[in-house]
Amino acid sequence: MPTATGHLSGRRRRYRGDVAYRGILTGLALLLPLLLVTVAGQLVVSSLPAIKRFGFSFVWKTTWDPVAEVYGAAPMIFGTVVSSLIALVIAVPLALGVAIFLTEFAPKWMRRPVAFLVELLAAVPSVVYGVWGIFVLIPFLRQVAVPPLRAVLGWTPFLSGVFYGNSMLAGGVILAIMVVPYIAAVSREVLLAVPASQREAALGLGATRWEAVWSAVLPYGRAGVIGAIMLGLGRALGETMAVTMLIGNRHDISLSVLQPGYTMAAALANEFSEATTSLYQSALVEVGLLLFVITIAVNAVARLLVWRVARGTAVGSKAL
Amino acid sequence: MSARAVRRRVASGVMSGLVALLCFTAVLPLLFIFGDLIHKGATSLDWNFFTHSPVPAGQTGGGVAHAIVGTGIVVGLACLIGLPIGIGAGVFLAEYGSGKLGWVVRFVADVMNGTPSIVIGIFAWTWLVRPVGHFSALAGGGALAMLMVPMLARTTEEMVRLVPHSLREAALALGYPRWRTSLKVMVRSALAGIVTGALVGVARVAGETAPLLFTALGNLNFATNITLPMQTLSLQIFQYATGPFAEWHRLAWAAALVLMGLVLALSLTARWVTRQRYGAS
Repeated sequence: MPTATGHLSGRRRRYRGDVAYRGILTGLALLLPLLLVTVAGQLVVSSLPAIKRFGFSFVWKTTWDPVAEVYGAAPMIFGTVVSSLIALVIAVPLALGVAIFLTEFAPKWMRRPVAFLVELLAAVPSVVYGVWGIFVLIPFLRQVAVPPLRAVLGWTPFLSGVFYGNSMLAGGVILAIMVVPYIAAVSREVLLAVPASQREAALGLGATRWEAVWSAVLPYGRAGVIGAIMLGLGRALGETMAVTMLIGNRHDISLSVLQPGYTMAAALANEFSEATTSLYQSALVEVGLLLFVITIAVNAVARLLVWRVARGTAVGSKAL
Repeated sequence: MSARAVRRRVASGVMSGLVALLCFTAVLPLLFIFGDLIHKGATSLDWNFFTHSPVPAGQTGGGVAHAIVGTGIVVGLACLIGLPIGIGAGVFLAEYGSGKLGWVVRFVADVMNGTPSIVIGIFAWTWLVRPVGHFSALAGGGALAMLMVPMLARTTEEMVRLVPHSLREAALALGYPRWRTSLKVMVRSALAGIVTGALVGVARVAGETAPLLFTALGNLNFATNITLPMQTLSLQIFQYATGPFAEWHRLAWAAALVLMGLVLALSLTARWVTRQRYGAS
């Protein structure tokens, strides 16, 4: 290899090497946008028959009948949204608790091991959550958690009906456990990115430690924390296996969280390989397309929010 | 101290206790899951479990040798396809990624990181299964590779960026061409970090089930032909856990323990590789 400079030939050869290197890397990098465009294009093309046949009624019709070839995705969309909301209601306080505790209150020696344990939650495969959910969480909900809940709030429509176990509630709870590490990791990084002067200024004005967190640190990182929650939402919306194993898989809209429901991802997992007619397949691909578009929108907004706090760095990319 | 000051102190103490409690509650499920996996899975782990394929439903015994081998093959294929692309794209982002294209690639990688894996599975089916006419391990590997690439690109970029600028300047000043500087100095120095990223990526996809449902499909027999359906541990767990037999449930716990162990081993190795250099992360 030429290391001497000054010779024209050497320089040219070097230049050629640089061009080739850059060209190869650029080609590999271009595969990413290309893949995204291909995915989107392929999903649109494959769902065209269903889009043409049902139009917008696909989104709000509630009948899903493969025999009569009538498809409406409203129950799945409803189930996706409700299970994710249940997950966020449970996960957000826990995850923010983790982030605030580990950045502001925990003793130094505790921070890394506990953060590591929370990260491990993200390493557990979805199907393992599913196994645990079926054999441990559902019996727990049935025997321990739900009876007292019903004793107090059983009169509301949200807890009515017979409770067999596989339900919106079970799906929501397992989702909550699964998204905690994502929300916690990103909000922790966001809170770490808050300048120390924010805290010091508040403490210097005589604020207690909690007041400093509540009135100086959290408001500064608010956009980032909301972004972290939306990243968690994006995860919850698309999570498949554990939910499929716990949510009951019924095309129904029920106000009661104790009843079985369905999510878009679960419907794909269950029905796609059984879809025999091309219209059935096309309808399912359209469900996939909807899910794709929704998660992209949620993630894009989340990224922009997180970037506003920790500009330019790949905040949270490790956790994601 | 005034009553107001006392109240504020107490409030601060109560709230810090509350966040500690929330944090503890968040970690609790992990301890339960690990405990239950060991409690319900470990007793089923014997020699047969690792060396035999399943017996017909209803009989006892049999193992998941076919699924362990299948997981290895499918994940191996994913690595063959995904590692060069992901790492290459990551080096591009670190070295030439300051322009518009870099912004686009970075944004796309982040967006794809959040794309549900089931959607990738559907896409892989329309692209790699439907034209061929049958399910295959290769399609499964392709689907997993698509999940791996964006993740790898971002971690590789981060790791190469951590290499001090002065190293590059020194190499260029010594007359190294840019491409050699990049490969021999920048990438080489970041190698431990890149390996970590790769291991984390492999750990993530090794546990994936959704994208394999309609690509690798699953197979109850021992199979090594990558153009035909293949079983993986994750698919096997799904099948066993949702099936009706107590014997299957027992095997599901055992297989889940094995899969968890595998993923955990990969994640911990990843940590260990970068332990000295990037201790803070």
